[in-house]
Amino acid sequence: MNGVHDMGGMHGLGPIAPEADEPVFHHRWEGRVHAMTMASPTRSNIDAGRHQRELIPGPQYLAMTYYEKWFRSLSELVLKAGLVTREELADGRAAPDGARGEPRLRAAEVEDAMRRPASYVRETASQPTFHAGDAVRCRNINPTGHTRLPRYARGHVGEVVAWHDAQVFPDANSRGEGEDPHHLYTVRFSAQELWGEAANPRDSVCLDLWEPYLERP
Amino acid sequence: MAHDHHDDHDHDHGQHPPSDMELRVKALESLLVEKGLVDPAALDAIVDHFEHKVGPRNGARVVARAWSDPDYLIRLRVDATAAIAELGYAGRQGEHMLALENTPQVHNMVVCTLCSCYPWPVLGLPPVWYKSAPYRSRAVIDPRGVLAEFGVTLPEDVEVRVWDSTAELRYLVIPEQPAGTEELSEDELAALVTRNGMIGTARL
Repeated sequence: MNGVHDMGGMHGLGPIAPEADEPVFHHRWEGRVHAMTMASPTRSNIDAGRHQRELIPGPQYLAMTYYEKWFRSLSELVLKAGLVTREELADGRAAPDGARGEPRLRAAEVEDAMRRPASYVRETASQPTFHAGDAVRCRNINPTGHTRLPRYARGHVGEVVAWHDAQVFPDANSRGEGEDPHHLYTVRFSAQELWGEAANPRDSVCLDLWEPYLERP
Repeated sequence: MAHDHHDDHDHDHGQHPPSDMELRVKALESLLVEKGLVDPAALDAIVDHFEHKVGPRNGARVVARAWSDPDYLIRLRVDATAAIAELGYAGRQGEHMLALENTPQVHNMVVCTLCSCYPWPVLGLPPVWYKSAPYRSRAVIDPRGVLAEFGVTLPEDVEVRVWDSTAELRYLVIPEQPAGTEELSEDELAALVTRNGMIGTARL
Protein backbone atom coordinates (compact mmCIF):
# COMPACT_ATOMS: atom_id res chain seq x y z
CA MET A 1 0.00 0.00 0.00
CA ASN A 2 1.18 3.51 -0.73
CA GLY A 3 1.24 4.50 2.94
CA VAL A 4 3.39 6.94 4.85
CA HIS A 5 5.45 3.99 6.12
CA ASP A 6 6.93 3.82 2.60
CA MET A 7 8.98 6.93 3.22
CA GLY A 8 12.25 6.33 1.37
CA GLY A 9 13.17 9.49 -0.56
CA MET A 10 10.89 11.90 1.31
CA HIS A 11 12.10 15.25 2.57
CA GLY A 12 10.95 17.32 5.50
CA LEU A 13 10.46 14.66 8.18
CA GLY A 14 12.77 16.41 10.63
CA PRO A 15 16.32 16.11 11.88
CA ILE A 16 17.93 12.81 12.81
CA ALA A 17 18.24 12.88 16.58
CA PRO A 18 20.71 10.32 17.96
CA GLU A 19 20.54 9.93 21.73
CA ALA A 20 23.60 9.37 23.91
CA ASP A 21 23.62 6.20 26.04
CA GLU A 22 20.23 5.14 24.77
CA PRO A 23 18.57 2.35 26.82
CA VAL A 24 17.17 -0.72 25.02
CA PHE A 25 13.70 0.21 26.25
CA HIS A 26 12.87 3.74 27.42
CA HIS A 27 9.94 2.61 29.56
CA ARG A 28 9.06 -0.69 31.13
CA TRP A 29 5.89 -0.89 29.02
CA GLU A 30 7.93 -0.78 25.81
CA GLY A 31 9.72 -3.98 26.78
CA ARG A 32 6.40 -5.62 27.66
CA VAL A 33 4.94 -4.65 24.27
CA HIS A 34 7.98 -5.98 22.47
CA ALA A 35 7.88 -9.23 24.46
CA MET A 36 4.11 -9.70 24.03
CA THR A 37 4.46 -9.19 20.29
CA MET A 38 7.19 -11.82 20.15
CA ALA A 39 5.30 -14.29 22.39
CA SER A 40 1.85 -13.79 20.92
CA PRO A 41 0.33 -16.58 18.82
CA THR A 42 -0.01 -13.94 16.08
CA ARG A 43 3.80 -13.77 15.70
CA SER A 44 3.73 -16.81 13.43
CA ASN A 45 3.11 -14.40 10.53
CA ILE A 46 5.70 -11.61 10.61
CA ASP A 47 4.38 -10.11 7.36
CA ALA A 48 0.86 -9.73 8.74
CA GLY A 49 2.36 -7.97 11.76
CA ARG A 50 4.24 -5.53 9.55
CA HIS A 51 1.14 -4.86 7.49
CA GLN A 52 -0.92 -4.23 10.61
CA ARG A 53 1.44 -1.39 11.55
CA GLU A 54 1.16 0.03 8.03
CA LEU A 55 -2.62 0.16 8.46
CA ILE A 56 -2.34 2.80 11.18
CA PRO A 57 -3.66 5.98 9.49
CA GLY A 58 -0.81 8.13 8.16
CA PRO A 59 -1.17 11.18 10.41
CA GLN A 60 -1.22 8.93 13.50
CA TYR A 61 1.60 6.72 12.18
CA LEU A 62 3.86 9.76 11.97
CA ALA A 63 2.85 11.10 15.40
CA MET A 64 3.06 7.85 17.40
CA THR A 65 6.22 6.51 19.01
CA TYR A 66 7.56 3.19 17.76
CA TYR A 67 6.16 1.06 20.57
CA GLU A 68 2.82 2.88 20.55
CA LYS A 69 2.52 1.56 16.99
CA TRP A 70 3.52 -1.92 18.12
CA PHE A 71 0.91 -1.79 20.92
CA ARG A 72 -1.83 -0.63 18.56
CA SER A 73 -1.06 -3.32 16.02
CA LEU A 74 -0.73 -6.10 18.61
CA SER A 75 -4.19 -5.20 19.96
CA GLU A 76 -5.62 -5.34 16.42
CA LEU A 77 -3.84 -8.62 15.60
CA VAL A 78 -5.18 -10.52 18.63
CA LEU A 79 -8.63 -9.11 17.89
CA LYS A 80 -8.52 -10.12 14.21
CA ALA A 81 -7.26 -13.59 15.15
CA GLY A 82 -10.31 -14.03 17.39
CA LEU A 83 -8.12 -14.52 20.46
CA VAL A 84 -9.83 -11.67 22.32
CA THR A 85 -13.00 -9.68 21.87
CA ARG A 86 -13.36 -5.92 21.71
CA GLU A 87 -15.24 -6.05 25.02
CA GLU A 88 -12.39 -7.94 26.67
CA LEU A 89 -9.86 -5.44 25.31
CA ALA A 90 -11.93 -2.56 26.69
CA ASP A 91 -12.39 -4.24 30.09
CA GLY A 92 -8.91 -5.71 30.43
CA ARG A 93 -10.67 -8.83 31.78
CA ALA A 94 -11.46 -12.13 30.12
CA ALA A 95 -15.15 -12.86 29.60
CA PRO A 96 -16.15 -15.87 31.79
CA ASP A 97 -17.12 -17.91 28.74
CA GLY A 98 -14.42 -16.43 26.48
CA ALA A 99 -11.90 -18.44 24.52
CA ARG A 100 -8.82 -19.70 26.38
CA GLY A 101 -5.51 -20.67 24.79
CA GLU A 102 -2.06 -22.06 25.36
CA PRO A 103 1.05 -19.84 25.39
CA ARG A 104 3.12 -20.19 22.24
CA LEU A 105 6.27 -19.74 24.30
CA ARG A 106 7.15 -20.76 27.87
CA ALA A 107 9.89 -19.00 29.83
CA ALA A 108 12.22 -21.99 29.59
CA GLU A 109 11.84 -22.01 25.81
CA VAL A 110 12.61 -18.32 25.22
CA GLU A 111 16.39 -18.37 24.77
CA ASP A 112 16.20 -21.34 22.42
CA ALA A 113 13.38 -19.73 20.43
CA MET A 114 15.28 -16.45 20.10
CA ARG A 115 18.54 -18.12 19.04
CA ARG A 116 17.30 -21.03 16.94
CA PRO A 117 18.49 -20.70 13.34
CA ALA A 118 15.54 -20.41 10.98
CA SER A 119 15.15 -19.71 7.31
CA TYR A 120 12.77 -17.97 4.96
CA VAL A 121 14.15 -19.99 2.01
CA ARG A 122 11.57 -22.38 0.55
CA GLU A 123 11.55 -25.04 -2.16
CA THR A 124 10.04 -24.05 -5.47
CA ALA A 125 9.73 -25.87 -8.77
CA SER A 126 10.60 -22.81 -10.83
CA GLN A 127 14.06 -21.74 -11.93
CA PRO A 128 15.20 -18.16 -11.33
CA THR A 129 14.37 -15.94 -14.31
CA PHE A 130 17.16 -13.47 -13.65
CA HIS A 131 20.88 -13.85 -13.02
CA ALA A 132 23.68 -11.71 -11.65
CA GLY A 133 24.52 -9.04 -14.20
CA ASP A 134 21.01 -8.88 -15.69
CA ALA A 135 19.30 -5.53 -16.02
CA VAL A 136 15.83 -5.52 -14.43
CA ARG A 137 13.10 -2.94 -14.08
CA CYS A 138 10.84 -2.70 -11.03
CA ARG A 139 7.25 -3.05 -12.12
CA ASN A 140 4.95 -0.09 -11.67
CA ILE A 141 2.58 -1.78 -9.23
CA ASN A 142 0.49 -0.04 -6.60
CA PRO A 143 -1.10 -2.79 -4.53
CA THR A 144 -3.41 -1.71 -1.72
CA GLY A 145 -2.14 -4.55 0.50
CA HIS A 146 1.31 -5.24 1.92
CA THR A 147 4.31 -5.09 -0.41
CA ARG A 148 8.05 -4.76 0.10
CA LEU A 149 8.64 -2.94 -3.18
CA PRO A 150 9.13 0.69 -2.12
CA ARG A 151 7.61 3.41 -4.28
CA TYR A 152 10.97 5.06 -4.90
CA ALA A 153 12.22 2.03 -6.86
CA ARG A 154 9.12 1.42 -9.04
CA GLY A 155 9.75 1.95 -12.73
CA HIS A 156 13.51 2.14 -12.25
CA VAL A 157 16.18 -0.05 -13.82
CA GLY A 158 18.92 -1.73 -11.80
CA GLU A 159 21.34 -4.62 -12.03
CA VAL A 160 20.92 -7.98 -10.33
CA VAL A 161 23.94 -8.49 -8.07
CA ALA A 162 22.90 -11.62 -6.16
CA TRP A 163 20.26 -14.36 -6.03
CA HIS A 164 19.07 -15.68 -2.67
CA ASP A 165 16.95 -18.74 -3.61
CA ALA A 166 13.18 -18.62 -3.33
CA GLN A 167 11.88 -17.07 -0.11
CA VAL A 168 8.52 -16.47 1.56
CA PHE A 169 6.67 -13.78 -0.43
CA PRO A 170 5.36 -11.11 1.96
CA ASP A 171 2.66 -9.79 -0.36
CA ALA A 172 0.84 -13.15 -0.25
CA ASN A 173 1.87 -14.27 3.23
CA SER A 174 0.64 -11.03 4.84
CA ARG A 175 -2.84 -11.79 3.50
CA GLY A 176 -2.84 -15.28 4.99
CA GLU A 177 -2.68 -16.78 1.48
CA GLY A 178 0.30 -19.00 2.25
CA GLU A 179 4.01 -18.48 1.78
CA ASP A 180 3.92 -18.48 -2.04
CA PRO A 181 7.75 -18.53 -2.36
CA HIS A 182 9.41 -16.58 -5.17
CA HIS A 183 13.01 -16.07 -6.16
CA LEU A 184 14.68 -13.22 -4.30
CA TYR A 185 17.43 -11.01 -5.71
CA THR A 186 19.57 -8.13 -4.54
CA VAL A 187 19.29 -5.40 -7.16
CA ARG A 188 21.61 -2.42 -7.30
CA PHE A 189 20.38 0.93 -8.62
CA SER A 190 22.61 3.90 -9.34
CA ALA A 191 21.69 6.94 -7.26
CA GLN A 192 21.27 8.91 -10.49
CA GLU A 193 18.77 6.36 -11.84
CA LEU A 194 16.67 6.78 -8.69
CA TRP A 195 17.15 10.46 -7.93
CA GLY A 196 18.32 12.17 -11.10
CA GLU A 197 21.45 13.85 -12.32
CA ALA A 198 22.08 15.82 -9.16
CA ALA A 199 22.94 12.61 -7.28
CA ASN A 200 26.55 11.54 -6.90
CA PRO A 201 27.41 9.47 -10.01
CA ARG A 202 29.25 6.87 -7.91
CA ASP A 203 26.58 6.25 -5.29
CA SER A 204 24.08 3.41 -5.37
CA VAL A 205 21.21 1.83 -3.46
CA CYS A 206 20.69 -1.94 -3.15
CA LEU A 207 17.29 -3.49 -2.48
CA ASP A 208 16.21 -7.10 -1.96
CA LEU A 209 13.37 -7.77 -4.39
CA TRP A 210 11.22 -10.78 -5.22
CA GLU A 211 10.77 -11.86 -8.82
CA PRO A 212 7.12 -10.71 -9.12
CA TYR A 213 8.37 -7.14 -8.53
CA LEU A 214 10.70 -7.32 -11.55
CA GLU A 215 10.55 -7.38 -15.34
CA ARG A 216 13.02 -7.15 -18.20
CA PRO A 217 13.56 -3.51 -19.15
CA MET B 1 6.80 9.97 36.40
CA ALA B 2 4.22 8.30 38.53
CA HIS B 3 5.55 4.79 38.39
CA ASP B 4 8.39 3.11 40.11
CA HIS B 5 10.28 1.09 37.52
CA HIS B 6 14.00 1.58 37.69
CA ASP B 7 14.38 1.43 33.94
CA ASP B 8 12.04 4.28 33.18
CA HIS B 9 13.65 7.39 31.81
CA ASP B 10 12.39 10.84 31.32
CA HIS B 11 14.22 11.69 28.11
CA ASP B 12 12.60 13.90 25.55
CA HIS B 13 12.15 12.04 22.26
CA GLY B 14 10.17 14.77 20.58
CA GLN B 15 7.04 12.62 20.95
CA HIS B 16 5.32 12.08 24.25
CA PRO B 17 3.38 8.86 24.69
CA PRO B 18 0.07 9.31 26.45
CA SER B 19 0.58 8.98 30.17
CA ASP B 20 -1.77 6.02 30.24
CA MET B 21 0.41 3.75 28.07
CA GLU B 22 1.78 1.91 31.10
CA LEU B 23 -1.79 1.19 32.26
CA ARG B 24 -3.04 0.21 28.82
CA VAL B 25 -0.15 -2.19 28.30
CA LYS B 26 -0.66 -3.69 31.75
CA ALA B 27 -4.35 -4.21 30.94
CA LEU B 28 -3.50 -6.02 27.68
CA GLU B 29 -0.88 -8.16 29.40
CA SER B 30 -3.21 -9.19 32.21
CA LEU B 31 -5.91 -10.02 29.67
CA LEU B 32 -3.58 -12.18 27.55
CA VAL B 33 -2.24 -13.89 30.68
CA GLU B 34 -5.74 -14.51 32.04
CA LYS B 35 -6.73 -16.07 28.73
CA GLY B 36 -3.68 -18.29 28.79
CA LEU B 37 -2.21 -16.77 25.62
CA VAL B 38 1.08 -15.56 27.07
CA ASP B 39 3.25 -16.71 29.96
CA PRO B 40 4.35 -13.65 31.99
CA ALA B 41 7.64 -15.36 32.88
CA ALA B 42 8.29 -15.78 29.15
CA LEU B 43 7.80 -12.02 28.73
CA ASP B 44 10.38 -11.42 31.49
CA ALA B 45 12.79 -13.75 29.68
CA ILE B 46 12.27 -12.00 26.33
CA VAL B 47 12.90 -8.56 27.87
CA ASP B 48 16.02 -9.97 29.54
CA HIS B 49 17.19 -11.39 26.21
CA PHE B 50 17.01 -8.02 24.49
CA GLU B 51 18.38 -6.03 27.41
CA HIS B 52 21.26 -8.35 28.26
CA LYS B 53 21.91 -11.15 25.75
CA VAL B 54 22.10 -9.35 22.41
CA GLY B 55 23.64 -6.02 21.49
CA PRO B 56 26.41 -4.41 19.48
CA ARG B 57 29.13 -6.11 21.55
CA ASN B 58 28.18 -9.30 19.65
CA GLY B 59 28.70 -7.64 16.28
CA ALA B 60 31.98 -6.16 17.49
CA ARG B 61 33.25 -9.71 18.13
CA VAL B 62 32.41 -10.62 14.53
CA VAL B 63 34.23 -7.55 13.18
CA ALA B 64 37.29 -8.13 15.38
CA ARG B 65 37.49 -11.75 14.25
CA ALA B 66 37.15 -10.70 10.59
CA TRP B 67 40.00 -8.21 11.04
CA SER B 68 42.33 -10.61 12.79
CA ASP B 69 41.63 -13.98 11.13
CA PRO B 70 41.86 -14.07 7.30
CA ASP B 71 40.28 -17.53 7.15
CA TYR B 72 37.33 -16.29 9.18
CA LEU B 73 36.94 -13.34 6.82
CA ILE B 74 36.70 -15.75 3.90
CA ARG B 75 34.05 -17.81 5.69
CA LEU B 76 32.18 -14.57 6.46
CA ARG B 77 32.22 -13.67 2.77
CA VAL B 78 31.04 -17.11 1.68
CA ASP B 79 28.30 -17.63 4.29
CA ALA B 80 27.97 -14.84 6.84
CA THR B 81 25.07 -16.54 8.66
CA ALA B 82 27.22 -19.62 9.35
CA ALA B 83 30.36 -17.64 10.17
CA ILE B 84 28.44 -15.47 12.66
CA ALA B 85 26.84 -18.59 14.17
CA GLU B 86 30.37 -19.93 14.85
CA LEU B 87 30.61 -17.19 17.49
CA GLY B 88 27.24 -18.17 18.93
CA TYR B 89 25.08 -15.46 17.36
CA ALA B 90 22.01 -16.63 15.48
CA GLY B 91 18.26 -16.50 15.52
CA ARG B 92 15.41 -14.06 15.05
CA GLN B 93 16.14 -11.25 12.62
CA GLY B 94 19.51 -12.79 11.84
CA GLU B 95 18.22 -15.66 9.71
CA HIS B 96 20.03 -14.56 6.54
CA MET B 97 23.11 -12.46 7.29
CA LEU B 98 25.35 -10.63 4.85
CA ALA B 99 28.59 -8.86 5.75
CA LEU B 100 29.34 -5.61 3.91
CA GLU B 101 33.04 -4.78 3.91
CA ASN B 102 33.96 -1.12 3.76
CA THR B 103 37.02 -0.42 1.61
CA PRO B 104 38.89 2.73 0.62
CA GLN B 105 36.59 2.78 -2.45
CA VAL B 106 33.20 1.78 -0.99
CA HIS B 107 31.35 2.90 2.14
CA ASN B 108 28.28 0.83 3.06
CA MET B 109 25.30 2.13 5.03
CA VAL B 110 22.20 0.16 6.11
CA VAL B 111 18.60 1.31 6.45
CA CYS B 112 15.07 -0.11 6.46
CA THR B 113 12.90 2.48 4.71
CA LEU B 114 9.68 0.46 5.15
CA CYS B 115 9.88 -0.40 8.85
CA SER B 116 12.77 -1.14 11.23
CA CYS B 117 14.57 -4.30 10.02
CA TYR B 118 17.87 -4.72 11.86
CA PRO B 119 20.20 -7.66 12.66
CA TRP B 120 19.13 -8.43 16.25
CA PRO B 121 21.58 -11.27 17.07
CA VAL B 122 24.63 -9.11 16.33
CA LEU B 123 23.41 -5.57 17.09
CA GLY B 124 20.45 -6.04 19.44
CA LEU B 125 17.42 -3.79 18.99
CA PRO B 126 17.87 -0.66 16.88
CA PRO B 127 18.25 2.81 18.36
CA VAL B 128 15.23 5.12 18.05
CA TRP B 129 16.85 7.24 15.31
CA TYR B 130 17.33 4.18 13.07
CA LYS B 131 13.61 3.38 13.11
CA SER B 132 12.43 7.01 12.92
CA ALA B 133 11.12 8.83 9.87
CA PRO B 134 14.04 11.26 9.36
CA TYR B 135 16.65 8.50 8.90
CA ARG B 136 14.36 6.10 7.01
CA SER B 137 13.32 8.79 4.55
CA ARG B 138 16.69 10.40 3.86
CA ALA B 139 19.21 7.55 4.00
CA VAL B 140 18.43 6.47 0.43
CA ILE B 141 18.12 9.90 -1.23
CA ASP B 142 20.74 11.86 0.72
CA PRO B 143 23.20 9.42 2.29
CA ARG B 144 26.04 11.93 2.25
CA GLY B 145 23.89 14.51 4.02
CA VAL B 146 22.91 11.91 6.62
CA LEU B 147 26.55 10.90 7.08
CA ALA B 148 27.51 14.55 7.54
CA GLU B 149 24.95 14.81 10.36
CA PHE B 150 26.78 11.91 11.99
CA GLY B 151 30.06 13.75 11.51
CA VAL B 152 31.26 11.61 8.60
CA THR B 153 32.52 13.33 5.45
CA LEU B 154 33.58 11.05 2.64
CA PRO B 155 35.69 12.03 -0.38
CA GLU B 156 33.64 12.47 -3.57
CA ASP B 157 35.40 9.52 -5.18
CA VAL B 158 34.29 7.06 -2.50
CA GLU B 159 31.10 5.22 -3.50
CA VAL B 160 28.36 5.33 -0.90
CA ARG B 161 26.35 2.11 -1.18
CA VAL B 162 23.08 2.13 0.76
CA TRP B 163 21.36 -1.17 1.56
CA ASP B 164 17.59 -0.97 2.06
CA SER B 165 16.54 -4.04 4.11
CA THR B 166 13.39 -4.84 2.13
CA ALA B 167 13.46 -8.65 2.63
CA GLU B 168 14.69 -10.97 5.41
CA LEU B 169 18.38 -10.47 4.60
CA ARG B 170 20.11 -8.59 7.39
CA TYR B 171 23.28 -6.60 6.93
CA LEU B 172 26.34 -6.07 9.12
CA VAL B 173 28.85 -3.45 7.98
CA ILE B 174 32.47 -4.48 8.53
CA PRO B 175 34.28 -1.16 9.01
CA GLU B 176 37.82 -0.66 7.76
CA GLN B 177 40.33 -1.63 10.41
CA PRO B 178 41.93 1.53 11.84
CA ALA B 179 45.56 1.96 10.85
CA GLY B 180 48.13 0.90 13.41
CA THR B 181 45.93 -1.65 15.17
CA GLU B 182 47.39 -4.77 13.55
CA GLU B 183 49.14 -5.86 16.74
CA LEU B 184 46.10 -5.55 18.99
CA SER B 185 44.38 -8.60 20.46
CA GLU B 186 40.90 -9.58 19.35
CA ASP B 187 39.46 -8.20 22.62
CA GLU B 188 41.23 -4.89 22.08
CA LEU B 189 40.04 -4.73 18.48
CA ALA B 190 36.43 -5.45 19.51
CA ALA B 191 36.58 -2.52 21.92
CA LEU B 192 37.25 -0.20 18.95
CA VAL B 193 34.09 -1.22 17.08
CA THR B 194 31.00 0.94 17.53
CA ARG B 195 27.35 0.21 16.80
CA ASN B 196 27.13 3.06 14.28
CA GLY B 197 30.26 1.73 12.59
CA MET B 198 28.38 -1.52 11.97
CA ILE B 199 25.30 0.34 10.63
CA GLY B 200 27.53 2.47 8.44
CA THR B 201 26.80 5.87 10.00
CA ALA B 202 30.30 6.11 11.50
CA ARG B 203 33.87 5.44 10.42
CA LEU B 204 36.34 4.11 12.94
